[in-house]
Amino acid sequence: MRMSGAKILLECLRREGVKHIFGYPGGVLLPVYDALYGYRDIEHVLVRHEQGAAHMADGYARATGRVGVCMATSGPGATNLVTGIATAYMDSIPMVAITGQVRTAVIGKDAFQEADITGITMPITKHNYLLKDTADIPRVVAEAFHIARTGRPGPVLIDVPFDVAKTEIEWDPDTYPKRVQIPSYRPTTRGHEMQIRKAAQAIAEAERPILYVGGGCIASGAQAEVTELAERCNILVTSTLLGKGAIDENHRLSLGMLGMHGTAYANHAVNNCDLLIAVGARFDDRVTGKVDRFAQGARVIHIDIDPAEIGKVRQPEIPIVGDVKTVLRELLKHVKPRPWSEWNDRIMEWKRVFPLVYPRDGKLYAEYVIEQIGEATDWEAIMTTDVGQHQMWAAQYYRCRRPRQFITSGGLGTMGFGLPAAIGVKKALPEATVFCLSGDGSFQMCVQELMTATVYGLPVITAIINNRSLGMVRQWQELFYEQRYSHVDLQASPDFVKLAEAYGGVGMRVTRPEEVRPAIEEALTVKDRPVVLDCVIPTEENVYPMIPAGMSVEDMRLRENLEELKASVNSDAETWSFSAEDEVLAKVVEQVER
Amino acid sequence: MAAWSSTLMAQLQQQHVITALVENHPGVLARVSGLFARRGYNIESLTVSVTDDPEVSRMTIVVGGDYAVLEQITKQLNKLIEVIRVVDYTEIPAVERELALVKVNAEPKDRTEIIQIVEIFRGRIIDMGDKTFIVEVTGSPEKLDKMRELLQPYGIKEMVRTGVIAMARGARTA
Repeated sequence: MRMSGAKILLECLRREGVKHIFGYPGGVLLPVYDALYGYRDIEHVLVRHEQGAAHMADGYARATGRVGVCMATSGPGATNLVTGIATAYMDSIPMVAITGQVRTAVIGKDAFQEADITGITMPITKHNYLLKDTADIPRVVAEAFHIARTGRPGPVLIDVPFDVAKTEIEWDPDTYPKRVQIPSYRPTTRGHEMQIRKAAQAIAEAERPILYVGGGCIASGAQAEVTELAERCNILVTSTLLGKGAIDENHRLSLGMLGMHGTAYANHAVNNCDLLIAVGARFDDRVTGKVDRFAQGARVIHIDIDPAEIGKVRQPEIPIVGDVKTVLRELLKHVKPRPWSEWNDRIMEWKRVFPLVYPRDGKLYAEYVIEQIGEATDWEAIMTTDVGQHQMWAAQYYRCRRPRQFITSGGLGTMGFGLPAAIGVKKALPEATVFCLSGDGSFQMCVQELMTATVYGLPVITAIINNRSLGMVRQWQELFYEQRYSHVDLQASPDFVKLAEAYGGVGMRVTRPEEVRPAIEEALTVKDRPVVLDCVIPTEENVYPMIPAGMSVEDMRLRENLEELKASVNSDAETWSFSAEDEVLAKVVEQVER
Repeated sequence: MAAWSSTLMAQLQQQHVITALVENHPGVLARVSGLFARRGYNIESLTVSVTDDPEVSRMTIVVGGDYAVLEQITKQLNKLIEVIRVVDYTEIPAVERELALVKVNAEPKDRTEIIQIVEIFRGRIIDMGDKTFIVEVTGSPEKLDKMRELLQPYGIKEMVRTGVIAMARGARTA
């Protein structure tokens, strides 16, 4: 069959199961957009800025595990994708980005809208391709999808010059490769048998084990295996920001998130464990703080599909390279049940002594908004976030029931991610309730995508945690820069209610706790357009607990009035106590009092 | 390992020779060198050329750093899709060779001495001008260093080295 490169490209995408492309047209993409005209098998979502397209493809991929696809023209279109590609790369998200490129004959001659996007994206893609020949399209598309979704997933970029898309060649769609073989790319999925036995042995011998689960558990779909291991051995589980949902966070064995803004009890548990079972996690600096003080003295089992993660930050005693789910399944064959331990009691004690609490003084706080979103949706809603204080509050207070429910830019920390990601999620899962938790800073970085949501009739609900400042930076300036608040006061923002309305959505503002639930309920009744909920909170609110960057658990800062808050939250709670023999706990309490 | 003197061993302890077999595609060199730059590794030398298989190129890279750094480099290189295989020659008996061209001042009174030095190093004089020679010499990096040292007093006007290539001794292949 004779067809253009552009048509071949679409046929290949269709054969990869692509249903949606998030994109924005431009000069050199004209052949591709011409082929898309009237093409029924793939829906194109026209965004308002290419960054939005990349984040939508990313959100789409995070919600489903399928490869997200975005597309932009050459030059500025392609460079506008860069932030979104880097976001996906840092969090190992499968994505294929297609960019237009100037004609092959003028590449390198500074042609109109030319940018060396394969050069630019080399450090932020798993792999990329510059097509030179129309006949290469099927092989390259097949390889790109294969690379994006296998092994440690990641974004792959395909740069398509105008003439490659325009040229017509003879091609039989049935020859599209069904299996891809790249001799130099063979990810290890099965863990080493001996190492797995050693891990089982270490678990049997450990007195104080902890499971530390990351995004790899989500990517490999290992919730059942993580939960089974935790339950069988009675091991408490703490997750990274990207690992949220690897075990139901309402589970008795879940300790929530660890790290800089993790729960105090998770951090104390990790700090005092004698066996750290790291599963699909990469010892990020926001998790470890000062590396040589992190889980000091613990043996480490590190399970990861990427060999380069083993020993990158922490040298494990028992490394296991392989797919997390596959390895855990093997491991479970060798692991024997362990009873509930005194160690677990000690952690539960920490949980009682240092709970997550926030003021209940009649003012509106982000934590309350997040809890109300959870309760109004039975904790079933998918939540995307932007980046900053609101993101950390969401990580602390939004208790995920399952994987792929919490969608956030962890590694890169990309402000502006939340709204377009939510749109991508909603496009992938039309039945899902999708909330975006944002801040008044972050929201304005990709606010234009409200229009996309309106045009496509997508009822995503954005709750803006509005503190009129760039809260996380403000918090650091308050705590570490002598309250020299340098350029963190936003001074003025648009009226978000009117802004939402101007974009064709619904806008609401809440300033008091009792207004929150009715507003959420009302937002949930909107079925055909985006909703913006402007939640006005005090500027001075900080995220606690906090371990300052590069420091360790001993340096953790808790709320100053923790005891008062605990009393106000639960006046009939049993008074907490601990045995004086328990040195570790005593030390911890001493820190708090100090 | 090659018969290095103890002083040279000490000098080179922080250096490792690794080879990477890579797909002979445009842009592979950029991927490899870019990886070194962005991960903060130091390349001492890098040579690339096609192997007996025209689809495959071989890169020989001399890098600085301790074993932990070397292990990360090897793993990160292996992650590049177009890298087929990486071999670290630190623990493998291997032959290492480098070629140098040296343009040295050669006043008539010095010529005999220079020719003697070149002969001792089994080098060759491949160009003879009014005032200069070009000397070609092959050998281990240390041998090249030594010859440079001995020619220095006559005045080296220019010097170019290819960087090390390496091959395992015996039947073993990369």
